[in-house]
Amino acid sequence: MAWLDTVVQGILLGGVYTLFALGLSLIFGIMRLVNLAHGDLIVLAAFLVFLVMASFGVPLAVATLLTIALMFALGFVLQRAVLERVLGDDIMPPLLVTFGLSVVIQNGLLLGFGADSRRLQAGAFETLSVDVAPGLSIGLAPLSALIIAIGVIALLQMVFYRTSLGRAFRATSDDTQTAQLMGIDHRNIYAIAVGISLAVSVIAAVAFGMRANFDPSTGPARLLYAFEAVIIGGLGSLWGTLVGGMVLGVAQTIGARIDPEWQILAGHLAFLLMLFLRPRGLFPARQP
Amino acid sequence: MTGQGRIVPGGARDIAWRQQIGTVTSCWAALAAVAVIVALMLLPAYASRGLIQDLIFVLVMLTLAQLWNLIAGWGGLISVGQQAFVGLGAYGLFAATVLAGLDPLSAILLSGLLTALVAALVGPLLFRLEGPYFAIGSWVIAESFRLLCAQFKPLGGGTGMSLPNAVVADMAGLSFVQQLLALRPAAARDVMVYWLILLVMVIVTAAIYLFVRSRYGLAVVAARDAHGAARSVGIRTERIRYTLWIAVGFATGVVGAIAYLQKARISPDAAFSVVDWTAYVLFIVIIGGVRTLEGPIVGVLVFWALLYYLAQFGSLYLLTLGVLAIGTMLFAPKGLWGTVAARFGWQLFPLRRLLLRR
Repeated sequence: MAWLDTVVQGILLGGVYTLFALGLSLIFGIMRLVNLAHGDLIVLAAFLVFLVMASFGVPLAVATLLTIALMFALGFVLQRAVLERVLGDDIMPPLLVTFGLSVVIQNGLLLGFGADSRRLQAGAFETLSVDVAPGLSIGLAPLSALIIAIGVIALLQMVFYRTSLGRAFRATSDDTQTAQLMGIDHRNIYAIAVGISLAVSVIAAVAFGMRANFDPSTGPARLLYAFEAVIIGGLGSLWGTLVGGMVLGVAQTIGARIDPEWQILAGHLAFLLMLFLRPRGLFPARQP
Repeated sequence: MTGQGRIVPGGARDIAWRQQIGTVTSCWAALAAVAVIVALMLLPAYASRGLIQDLIFVLVMLTLAQLWNLIAGWGGLISVGQQAFVGLGAYGLFAATVLAGLDPLSAILLSGLLTALVAALVGPLLFRLEGPYFAIGSWVIAESFRLLCAQFKPLGGGTGMSLPNAVVADMAGLSFVQQLLALRPAAARDVMVYWLILLVMVIVTAAIYLFVRSRYGLAVVAARDAHGAARSVGIRTERIRYTLWIAVGFATGVVGAIAYLQKARISPDAAFSVVDWTAYVLFIVIIGGVRTLEGPIVGVLVFWALLYYLAQFGSLYLLTLGVLAIGTMLFAPKGLWGTVAARFGWQLFPLRRLLLRR
């Protein structure tokens, strides 16, 4: 039963990792941009939620909604003012700019909030759990993170395949020039994509900030988990990313069970093993 | 360097062409470079210990910047995991001297071989990640080695350890340097490390210069810009990249070992620090100018100057460097040197091929 518990906790942890990964996967899918500041933007979102709660005294849910709007706007402006200028055939400039952004956000947070670690308070909800079987209880907060991850994927899939915005996303991703001929302004499409990516990152930040402490230096690790979930799941498949996040989560909880110091390393090793065995991931969407 | 060739366009009249790399300025620049290197070699006879220590740091960063410029700028392998090689080189040095009792000089070479071996092993795995995902993949590798080294208890585990004094005291050549310059052992060690890193910097820069000017340099650039086309004309793109990756791994490991011979204190967090060994290095190359040999030299001087004025502010220093790097990418993507050189047509270390009619 102890091992079953480990696996279940890992799957629940996978929900958080999926939320980390969705934003990264989204903008890579639409504009071939790998955002090296993704993890730091998640941590920035967590600090913003924290700040909104502390300064206006509003509950977590309200602060989350406010921050989602804020981060969407930030993403839109970030794309139009900064990233748009460096996107092109050469993959180096956008990588270097987002890497620079990562360092800037980390040190900006350090200057603004100090190096103390914080946590998002959700009151009694944090500790609620249901006993599924003797020795196996599921915390409501981790469970809701997983359910929200599934909900966000379903919502994104619906946007992609059922709305005109989604059609514009897919058209721009497939062939930017032809999409432009059809009257799509690709610059706004890209900006909306980055905005949605950062909005999803707020949800990821809340799910993460409720279960673990965060400080300005925790961003890069979020980026690595997100990336590992995407690659394990297979590029271009959101449901694959969910499975990838769960595989990563289970690998980490099993590693932590053997020795708490091995948690992160076990996740990295599982990722490298997967890269060795199935380099295209579990559910690759695009064929070579 | 000149080459000759005959190009026959469409079978029409023969036109003979001459390929030329280099200008008159570059001959003078070569002489000036030799003069600067000789001056730097003789410096320990006059300079203070503080300046020598500063220059060790500058030369370490410059060499790392040149190496990253080679692998990312010319090779197109944009790694943000260079700290893996630096850290492994550092841990190689400590393992070889503390655990195996080797002399530091041979330990440095051995550390380079260790990182080359690791590069050879992880390379094929990383090359499976397409384009930009290679960058994060290299970061995962570096993090994995940091966590592995933190588990390695004989070298202090997560807290790290100091290099025992005996290791450095018995170093080959130390007593010679001590007598030559009449220095105490600690200062003599700094001078030895300084000469070592100066030697490595000169070798690395010269090797990059010769490589980029050679036909292999042309091949690797072709592989970066048009992979399919390069393969179709018979360039073994994968093999060239792989060899380059291993060579950069070797050299970066050697630099890491030298840097930690001077620091004489190791910990996983410092040796595998993404900020110290990759962020700074990237910023130096970006600010100076990607894909030029002069760029990293200009970049490291800016970096040193900023360090002098802003280092005491910690986070603010990194923030400034980051903003400066982003600004450079946005408004002068060729960097300080690249922009100025393009404006005035300067080339100190010429890498561009000119096709001239005879």
